[in-house]
Amino acid sequence: MGYKILARDDITSESVRMVVAAPHVARKCEPGQFIMYRLDDKGERIPLTIADFDRAQGTITIIFQKVGKSTYHLATFKVGDEIRDFVGPLGRHMDVGRLGTVACLGGGLGIAPIYPKVRGLKEAGNRVVSIIGARRKDLVILESEMRAQSDELYVTTDDGSYGLHGFVTDQLKILVDQGHKFDACLAVGPIPMMEAVCKLTAALKLRTIVSLDTIMVDGTGMCGSCRVTVGGETKFACVDGPVFDGHQVDWAEAKARQCRYRPQEAEALARFREGKGAA
Amino acid sequence: MAEEKKEKKKVVREKYPMREQPPAERVRNYKEVPYGYDVETAVAEASRCLACKDSPCIGGCPVEIDIPAFVRAIADRDFAEAIRVMKSYNNLPAVCGRVCPQETQCEQLCILGKKFEPVAIGRLERFIADYDYEHKVAPPPKIDPPKGKKVAVVGAGPAGLTAAGDLARMGYGVVLYEAFHDTGGVLRYGIPEFRLPKAILDKEVDYVRSLGVKVECNMVIGKVFTVEELLGEMGFGAVFIGTGAGLPRWMGVPGENLIGVYSSNEWLTRINLMRAYEFPKYDTPIWPGKNVIVIGGGNTAMDSVRTALRMGADKASIYYRRSEKEMPARVEEYHHAQQEGVQFRFLVAPTKVMGTDDGWVRGMEFVEMELGEPDESGRGRPIEKKGSNFEVDCDMVVVAVGTFPNPIIPEATPRLELTKWRTIKVDEETGASSIPGVFAGGDIVTGGATVISAMGAGKRAARGIDAYLSGNK
Repeated sequence: MGYKILARDDITSESVRMVVAAPHVARKCEPGQFIMYRLDDKGERIPLTIADFDRAQGTITIIFQKVGKSTYHLATFKVGDEIRDFVGPLGRHMDVGRLGTVACLGGGLGIAPIYPKVRGLKEAGNRVVSIIGARRKDLVILESEMRAQSDELYVTTDDGSYGLHGFVTDQLKILVDQGHKFDACLAVGPIPMMEAVCKLTAALKLRTIVSLDTIMVDGTGMCGSCRVTVGGETKFACVDGPVFDGHQVDWAEAKARQCRYRPQEAEALARFREGKGAA
Repeated sequence: MAEEKKEKKKVVREKYPMREQPPAERVRNYKEVPYGYDVETAVAEASRCLACKDSPCIGGCPVEIDIPAFVRAIADRDFAEAIRVMKSYNNLPAVCGRVCPQETQCEQLCILGKKFEPVAIGRLERFIADYDYEHKVAPPPKIDPPKGKKVAVVGAGPAGLTAAGDLARMGYGVVLYEAFHDTGGVLRYGIPEFRLPKAILDKEVDYVRSLGVKVECNMVIGKVFTVEELLGEMGFGAVFIGTGAGLPRWMGVPGENLIGVYSSNEWLTRINLMRAYEFPKYDTPIWPGKNVIVIGGGNTAMDSVRTALRMGADKASIYYRRSEKEMPARVEEYHHAQQEGVQFRFLVAPTKVMGTDDGWVRGMEFVEMELGEPDESGRGRPIEKKGSNFEVDCDMVVVAVGTFPNPIIPEATPRLELTKWRTIKVDEETGASSIPGVFAGGDIVTGGATVISAMGAGKRAARGIDAYLSGNK
């Protein structure tokens, strides 16, 4: 029994959106939670934040960037194909209470996991100012969806091909300098981006929530592969997170741990591309 | 027959040895270490049984197997009867015959063992289970007529598999929910292939399925359904929770999150469940160290250190804070580890893990210990010898110092009463928790213990659930 892919599209040259039939997951999931998938008997268990869900249809939307073997492999799956394992909802959901005015910063593929949180924040009656950034124009994802759920939306690109030439932090700084007042900040994206946001918001004394995408095995608190130091304590991203107070996260450690399988990841991807892979 | 046996027991004072893969060879492969008895050895070993009147061995077995009956049947070469007896008590004999600490249970109480070596009950259990898988001599299991009631079992480890199998045989409709993509729990993710081959485990799980148990993987109960939902809208009459002690315990010293420090759960799960030892054929990666330190003295520590050697370590050492005789590991595992070249350092406790500038492990600091007055476990309390700190090089560390109960179900089930150790509080005899209709057993109740004690708890809870549901007609 697998989990059928109901829709699939390449939203950029590097990332894919899939809608997967997983009624049990869709029935319960909340913004901030994640799933883990495994493609076949030889596959690795890979966590992906839930990008959207439809309880009535019993579907989960995932958006992933092709970075390693398991994501390149998943990208070859077509509508009608089945993913062997698809387990969730995992992790704690983000508490989207009434925070006031919230700056929501999504970097690169981090725009996908921030989207359901933005929607949740909006539904809870918050004022949402979103800043989304990517390396270049064609890699900006979910712009219209994000715009629809935001009171204001700003776009930045590293190369200046669209929106502000710069990073999401540059845009946030501009807004703050212009006198915008924020009650909280939410940042999801690559670790260097979240670290940069936290550095800025710490100086502004602006409470910042981040969502950590770590290397996991089981996703249920069993192994500690995903551990991260938060406020001097070891936490597991899978059961204590993935949402944490960004100002408390030990970013240097998180960065090092995230890179620890780089050579193996490169080897697996090279083999997959040569067609010698596990598939 | 009885006369013959009496004569033999006078001659054979020791257990018939079980052949094993030579250490130098096995340390480079994942194949099972002991080969098991052949028919003639098994019959000879079974014939050592004195058939004593009181059968104290049964009292040492957490699942109450009628040991003399199955041993006698093997001695009589009635293998169909032997496996029938065995399976009427134990759904997982091929597992138990391999991983049970028989030396502290049934075999410890064997009358023969008072003067000589006890009957090798564990080896005989393994023999008869394997014999049946090869020759299929067991009569079909007796399954009671359907009772028209459903029971949900959460966690397909030793406790859950036992409870599910027993309940199915009693005529209940059983759904067994498993969080992982495959069954077995610790039997699959924790115990290595060289101690419990996955092919054997698969057969045991298939047997439980054949009793009518429906297995649903990828279901994290507490997240996907709550226990209350199972009891309510999903129509289960009772729920058994056997989710184990999955949360790793750490050393609590600086440097513990450096790269190359694994919990034993991560190290073993990547290798056993995800088969990282076959990377890149399998996708899950691992960093095997060349100079490995394992912290702890239990079976999991032995599994971790022996796995490190098989992953290509040049040096693999156990560092344990008490002395040799307090080590909780089975004697057999300790000996196997020694034979394979594992180095042991006793009475030392970790104080620090040292790393390189880019975050990788490069060594550890320890302090020497001495044993003081016995603590609540009855073993001498380790006390630090001030100023005896010393450093050692290593490039990988496995932390195997125990586990906490998995928090997912307790967190999602507010009415469930817990102990101060965050385990589920139950009635020991029935497994009943503070919520009517909810039962629990295994490591989620006891904290990290043995496979067989979890199976015993599963068995008692199945009886408890049967009594509960029968009373509620």
